[in-house]
Amino acid sequence: MHDTPAPLVADRRETSGHAAHPAHAPPEGFLRKYVFSLDHKVIGKQYLDLALIAVVTGMVLSWLMRFHLAFPTTSIPGLDKLAPNGASGGVMTPELYLSLMTMHGTIMVFFVLTTAPFAGFGNFVLPIQVGAEDMAFPRFNMMSFWVTFLAFLVLIAAFFVPEGPPLSGWTAYAPLSALGKDAGPGQGTGQTLWAVSIALFCIGQLLGALNFIATTLDLRTKGMTLSRMPFSTWAWFITSVMGLIAFSVLLPACVLLLLDRVAGTSFFIPGGLVVSDRLQPHSGGSPLLWQHLFWFFGHPEVYIAILPGFGIISHILPVFARKPLLGPRVLIACLIAIGFLSYTVWGHHMFLSGMNPLSATLFSVPTLIITIPATIVTLLWIGTLYGARIRFTSAALFCLGFISVFVTGGISGFFLAQPSIDTYLHGTYFVVGHFHFVMGVAAMFGIFAGVYFWFPKMYGRMMNETLGKVHFTLTLIGVYCTFMPMHYLGLAGNVRRYSAFTDDYMKGSLPLHRFITMAALFTGAVQLIFFYNLIWSRLRGAKAPDNPWQATSLEWSTSSPPPFDNFGGHHPVVSYGPNEYGVPGPAGDYVMQAPSTRPATT
Amino acid sequence: MASPGSPARTGVWIGIAAITMSFAAYTSALVVRQGAAPDWRHFRLPPILYLNTTVLLVSSGTLEMGRRRIRREAAWGTGMPSQGVLWLSLTLGLGLLFIAGQVLAWRDLSAQGLFLATNPSSAFFYVLTALHALHLLGGVAALGYSMHRLHASAARTPSAALDAASLYWHFMGVLWLYLLAVLALRL
Amino acid sequence: MGKLFAVIVAVITIISTAIFISRVWWLPADVSVLGVGIDRQMSETMISAGVLFVLSQLVLAVFVWQYGETGDGRPIKIFPGGATPMVLIATILVGAEILVLTLVGTKIWAGIFLTAPDPKALQIDVQAEQFAYYFRYPGLDKTFGAVHPELIDDGNNNFFGLDPANDTTARDDIVSASLVVPVDKPVLLTLHAKDVGHAFYVPELRIQQDFVPGLVIPLHFTATQVVKKEIVCTQLCGLGHYNMRAYMEVMPENQFKRWMEDQAAQQ
Repeated sequence: MHDTPAPLVADRRETSGHAAHPAHAPPEGFLRKYVFSLDHKVIGKQYLDLALIAVVTGMVLSWLMRFHLAFPTTSIPGLDKLAPNGASGGVMTPELYLSLMTMHGTIMVFFVLTTAPFAGFGNFVLPIQVGAEDMAFPRFNMMSFWVTFLAFLVLIAAFFVPEGPPLSGWTAYAPLSALGKDAGPGQGTGQTLWAVSIALFCIGQLLGALNFIATTLDLRTKGMTLSRMPFSTWAWFITSVMGLIAFSVLLPACVLLLLDRVAGTSFFIPGGLVVSDRLQPHSGGSPLLWQHLFWFFGHPEVYIAILPGFGIISHILPVFARKPLLGPRVLIACLIAIGFLSYTVWGHHMFLSGMNPLSATLFSVPTLIITIPATIVTLLWIGTLYGARIRFTSAALFCLGFISVFVTGGISGFFLAQPSIDTYLHGTYFVVGHFHFVMGVAAMFGIFAGVYFWFPKMYGRMMNETLGKVHFTLTLIGVYCTFMPMHYLGLAGNVRRYSAFTDDYMKGSLPLHRFITMAALFTGAVQLIFFYNLIWSRLRGAKAPDNPWQATSLEWSTSSPPPFDNFGGHHPVVSYGPNEYGVPGPAGDYVMQAPSTRPATT
Repeated sequence: MASPGSPARTGVWIGIAAITMSFAAYTSALVVRQGAAPDWRHFRLPPILYLNTTVLLVSSGTLEMGRRRIRREAAWGTGMPSQGVLWLSLTLGLGLLFIAGQVLAWRDLSAQGLFLATNPSSAFFYVLTALHALHLLGGVAALGYSMHRLHASAARTPSAALDAASLYWHFMGVLWLYLLAVLALRL
Repeated sequence: MGKLFAVIVAVITIISTAIFISRVWWLPADVSVLGVGIDRQMSETMISAGVLFVLSQLVLAVFVWQYGETGDGRPIKIFPGGATPMVLIATILVGAEILVLTLVGTKIWAGIFLTAPDPKALQIDVQAEQFAYYFRYPGLDKTFGAVHPELIDDGNNNFFGLDPANDTTARDDIVSASLVVPVDKPVLLTLHAKDVGHAFYVPELRIQQDFVPGLVIPLHFTATQVVKKEIVCTQLCGLGHYNMRAYMEVMPENQFKRWMEDQAAQQ
């Protein structure tokens, strides 16, 4: 359909006013252009902006928590104004701490680590990388963003209800999450809003995944065979298949949780519970059912957060190493293997949950096996660096940093995957350090690499490289100082989710906690450099050429930023794979997947 | 284009995968919950469900009749609508009738004192039937939309949208048969 | 820039590893029979993971140091042998590591959670609630009284919901706020929760187990030293979670007997 001559395309545009097919006319009016836009590029940017708001919110929450942990009795100026019930005189109450922790986890996992690398970059880049004019279903795509945005508003609303936000953690274990306000402050309206928000989020992401899959399968341009698809597109495609399955399970879990909370059913609440001196009117439910449903989603979700990062790194690394990625087919096989295996390991979150201890052994095996493809992927990246001619741009540095932090976080997973060691480390800061390295810091480094790399394409301006390098260097040091010591705390048996270490318990860990807090505040402050660079470059950055990085994939064959239909009425014809670096080409040591779609201006 | 698929049809297949997954989750929740405690109360399904089942299955048949007519009319270029559209409208009507029938089934159950929170078995009954009805309403909307497209298009050719909507509609029938089997065996 | 990156990564690697090796922050001394195996498994994992960590970070640093763009137009080099040998070696090495860890680890795990407790083990019923633990000993009749959630009345110290008026087995049950056990004797805990999920964690015993409402979960251990250690909750249970603790007191056998008699007299 894409090689139809121009008049026919115009014709189709006319008849497809409400077609669930691309080929839309340039939008008119502010609302259509920037707010309720059907353009995947605008939607991608909207997702990234949402992630930016969310990450700032989540980060501020973590600062407050870290400050309180290091200085439990010191007043935080203004906190009593922000949370009158949770901080009289500015000193945080335990329940406020847990609320902040719950909101931090929920915001970061859902609204940052899922939206930015997957929905954000995926939306902007994937259709261009496969040579499509737009996503397969632009209307669903728009709904996907606005439902997700609504979900975010509903979650934030929990801050403003009288008892405050929920305090049951981002995993919302039943029955604490299901019992209602008897179970504690924030467990009333706040927890209900949480469940509604996550259910909405699931719907938004399902609509997104639907689009990603259909676009990749059906809208690839001429010559874009599966084996010529860029690694980033592969990763987004695999992630969307995983998301489709994972969010299809979390949604039912949230529906059942809501029914337990508001309709008096007993899916997750057993009988005979006495909470706040009240015998609860429930019977027979199974708390472990919630854990199984949640982690069946929850573990793949970890990979939903990190696989796009894998794709972004694999896409960017060859560009700046100026040589092809080692073992491209192996990489894709590994990504598929990780996606598949991630559905067999959810029980490793539940070794000590009271499920049959035999199943712990069964779940630990795939958990350890999944380290094989992950190790291979890492080795492929490191092997790619051998004999390379690395250009140290900010994007390249974040790729290298990604490898380092991912290795660190991956290796601590070796401990936790073994039930016999998990019996000691489970529930300690070791776990906190582990998952912040793999899905927090590594995923964030993937996002940063993506921003520095695609910013010129998104906004038509270059980012400031010097600021980028300073930002990278300080961030790398900062995150290691923040999260490495958490492993030491965990080894010493320091329990997580404690708002303070009072009396004698863990008193000796306080100096280390203070160090972590300093490092966290420092790392946070360093991000101001990034925000400044982001805003300054959008307004004042140097004009970006079409292909500033001398990269091969299709997004670099079109203008920066691309026209509304991505290739200006043309349809690129792909003749090469994305991995053609270090070969003699017309413009240097690389060959583009498709020649530029517009007359050369240089 | 590398693969000349219809995105609408692909989209429905992806949707089918997601819906299947979520009903699989509900089913496993049902099985786990039934085994978790000895409080499961068995009850007789409202007989009207079997009538509803017939209505839904017949609607799949009328839908196919409609599509066949529309294809034939398009080939002959009769221009006027059309028996095909009548059959599609009948399908829509039967779909709504099915949902009305489900409402009667809920009233039957509540008349017996079985409400959402009465027992896990009745809870699952309401949840599964209501969600199926909700998904079917999506099918009604999709079918209505593709009928509207049929009116709008000059050639009155069966569109990809109608194709996709029909696939979804038949899936709703299959899903219902599955749910009926689960309910009949477990409740 | 590449050289700076290499130096930072190398320095971070060396410092982090040095702190691990120095054991400034390390597991507290083990006081249980089963802890020995867990500690050995931990050390072995630490060594292999440490080697892997140092090796991969340093190789990364060396490559980045070595292979920066210099503008001298030197040709790129492909990794010797390409991807295949690397994949095979990784699969075999990691696979072997996994196999060993799983085999050894499963034995330890089985020792804790899959082995039946000693039939003569001292039985203690543990109830976790927001935000305390209560420990119940069966008393002279060696039988626990039945629990009735509707009778729970913390105000009158009826934490378990016992019915001593009608239930003779409940009359001599001993309820304590701390876990007192004899040294070198197997102990079998039965864990149940009154309200929401909690957990039982004594780092020195090297064991951790969730309380799940609606379930009664067995957990057994044998303490090998006379100590007093904290039991902490590791499952998020509400606003007082951070303060949910109790003490575990391990006593010599005769002292434990005396304690038990004192308690019985008080009930």
